[in-house]
Amino acid sequence: MSSVVSVFQYLGGLPVTWLLTTLIAYRLALAVHQRCGNSAWLHPVAVATLLLVALLLLTGVDYATYFEGGRYIHMLLGPATVALAVPLYHQLARLRRDWAVLLAGALIGSALAVMVAMILAGWLGASRPTLVAMAAKSVTMPIALGLTEKLDGVVSLTSALVMLTGILGGALTQPLLGLMRIREAHVIGFTLGVVAHGIGTARALQGGQEMGAFAGLAMGLAGLLTALLLPICLRLAGFA
Amino acid sequence: MIEGLIKLLAFQVAGEAIVFLLAVPIPGAVVGMALLFLYLVVRGREDPGLDTFTTAFLRHLSLLFVPAAVGIVAHLDRIADEWAAIAVALLASTITAIAATAATLRWLKR
Repeated sequence: MSSVVSVFQYLGGLPVTWLLTTLIAYRLALAVHQRCGNSAWLHPVAVATLLLVALLLLTGVDYATYFEGGRYIHMLLGPATVALAVPLYHQLARLRRDWAVLLAGALIGSALAVMVAMILAGWLGASRPTLVAMAAKSVTMPIALGLTEKLDGVVSLTSALVMLTGILGGALTQPLLGLMRIREAHVIGFTLGVVAHGIGTARALQGGQEMGAFAGLAMGLAGLLTALLLPICLRLAGFA
Repeated sequence: MIEGLIKLLAFQVAGEAIVFLLAVPIPGAVVGMALLFLYLVVRGREDPGLDTFTTAFLRHLSLLFVPAAVGIVAHLDRIADEWAAIAVALLASTITAIAATAATLRWLKR
């Protein structure tokens, strides 16, 4: 019996164990998502994260030990950000035709998301890492985490808020636009991409190719604009 | 497949170099993304090797977010302290951004 316990203790300290556990948790989360009719509230990232957090709390393994294994997956966010240029390029014809309208939509949507979040959170007494996370939360995860590092924020806090924002935006966009009597697929898709980044894009793809393509375009534009302008704006505002 | 990965990493490394040289507070991978976009525009057509790899790679983009998101486990205290501010700011900013983005597109398109 004691040797079984010591084997588990040994494995808990190995990076490969946590690499494996992360992949299993994600696979389970995908199955749950599909089983529940692709519900917007049961996004695979949220379910996988909950499973892993529960496991870490149960076993008493700390995050640093977990991340020794998790870092191999985390590292791929860099090339994944670069890869976003490919779907953006696929929308080149649309981008050439409607670039001014799309740029304005992405700019206004992203700027308001950042300003409302930072002002409200600051007014309600949030700490600095929470404010940095609020500034970065609306863009796609790899860009948000890159921004957080540049702003000396707390990466894991930002990633949690990015995830929550994606789930919230993915679930609220269609009902809210329904209230505004907006039903055009390209507007719904673009809005999903601006407010709910990758999670919104995945959601938009369920609404068809046009909706999905506009969401991917919006995610790329909003991410790029925010990454380029936010650090400069925050510096001018005396925040960073 | 190897070719696609080499290209993505090479553009990221080039982006990191530019960010370092210009000392701008922008993530290197974002500059890499802009460089790859420019490369494709200048090239004038899709890059098949890159296309195949990125499609497969981005299909499981969600997985890449998980290790960072699990880090929430180290911030449960902060969330417990600041949950009201976080919840209000997330909800209000998301609703504002949804309405503003859709209204802008619609207003400018007519």
